[in-house]
Amino acid sequence: MRPIPVDSPAFFNRGPSPFARLVFFGLLSLVLLFTDTRYRYLEHVRGAVAVALYPLQRALLAPGLAIGYFARYIASKSDLADANAALEHELAVNAPAVQGYGNERRENAQLRELLALRKQYGGAAIAAQVLYTGRDPFSQKLYIDRGTSDGVEAGDGVIDDTGVVGQVTRVLPRLAEVTLITDREQAVPVKVERSGARSVMFGSGTGRAPELRFTAPSADLRAGDRLVTSGIDGTYPAGLAVAVVTEVAKSPGEMFARIACRPLAGVDRSEYLLVLARPRVASPPPQEDSAAAAPAKKGARARAPRG
Amino acid sequence: MRALPAVASFGPAAPEEILRPARPWFIALSLAVGLSANIVPFSGIAMALRPDFLALVLLYWCIQEPRQVGVGTAWLAGLVMDVADATVFGQHALAYAVLAFAAGYFRRRVLRFPLWQQAAQVAVLLLVCAGLVLVVRYVGGAALPSWTYVAPPLVGALLWPLLSVLLQAPQRPRRGSRS
Repeated sequence: MRPIPVDSPAFFNRGPSPFARLVFFGLLSLVLLFTDTRYRYLEHVRGAVAVALYPLQRALLAPGLAIGYFARYIASKSDLADANAALEHELAVNAPAVQGYGNERRENAQLRELLALRKQYGGAAIAAQVLYTGRDPFSQKLYIDRGTSDGVEAGDGVIDDTGVVGQVTRVLPRLAEVTLITDREQAVPVKVERSGARSVMFGSGTGRAPELRFTAPSADLRAGDRLVTSGIDGTYPAGLAVAVVTEVAKSPGEMFARIACRPLAGVDRSEYLLVLARPRVASPPPQEDSAAAAPAKKGARARAPRG
Repeated sequence: MRALPAVASFGPAAPEEILRPARPWFIALSLAVGLSANIVPFSGIAMALRPDFLALVLLYWCIQEPRQVGVGTAWLAGLVMDVADATVFGQHALAYAVLAFAAGYFRRRVLRFPLWQQAAQVAVLLLVCAGLVLVVRYVGGAALPSWTYVAPPLVGALLWPLLSVLLQAPQRPRRGSRS
């Protein structure tokens, strides 16, 4: 049997060959990749397309939300009674701490004023619900149902009831993207609650424990130490719980100790979050560029052997 | 525009059947549905297994209707996907363009096999696509994802027979018209 000519003869003009198209679009992609990672010129384009896609995303979200509401509506009475009992128990357990809190807070305010310390966090807080988690397997992100129209700004800190969750990195009118503290690009300035030693916690990506980098082996750190925000970045107010140190590995040959942590917040579980609008008075930015550039260089050098 | 469309879209399940040409609006609709399926929020284990539906649909049309869906369409769909996923611009675009080219290159070979054997070849194409994304992101400084990264392409390949049957349904000749 003679083979059937599937493609039309060459004299039918069909434009450039697939390979030429691949080369053209491939190069275009590479240019886009480069400009987006390096210069972020295309944020406006991204914003426009994202706004156009938003109704579709919202519509697709509706069935899941409806099922959730329905499930909650038909929750059995015993479940509710159990939850109520648990909450009352928790209330009783926390009662002494709560009763003492007002007094301590007054004393603390007085002491702070005496010390002329920076006023504690006074910005607004916006409650938000998690809409969905990011689909990109390379980064740790989630999306919340508050955006610019609710006063959320890029750079705001996000917490849940147990600790710091992350930071708002992109905002749309009714949607905001939160990069979690476990993301590789995130760093949180922390201090050890017990000793006051300051450090910076870096996320390590999916499924890996965040770690404190560039911490001298002599630093006062032990497994089990609680880390709280130090507040020097002006993003997170001081004193929010961040993580617990799980492992401190000091090897004589290395310049820094390897310190692994476990986030305290339900970074990948919490459903309700609180966005902390940044305080009006931020700490003044460093005067000299050299001071700001120094840690960045250090980081680049330390990372070089890994890549 | 299309010469011999019926011959060009030989069905995989029953090669003796002459299929009707695919309608452009149906192709556009299927791509939109693929995009929507990608946007649907999942959580937990479903999230880790969720295949790239848009890539699958693109692959199907690149194999079945190379005159209508090619590298350019795939590239544009990739750009939309980059925005929807909030990933680096050009990441999905590059991956989809390469996928479309590979599909066009191997399409005659793929179409010779029954559906479940096609699925194995589709798995390879999707894995290459995922690998390309991995390389792009790794060069860009992202951390390596966990081993579950290979699950979505494999799940996608498992869905291939079902997807082929679904997308081909409107093209099959009606009983009455076959005399």
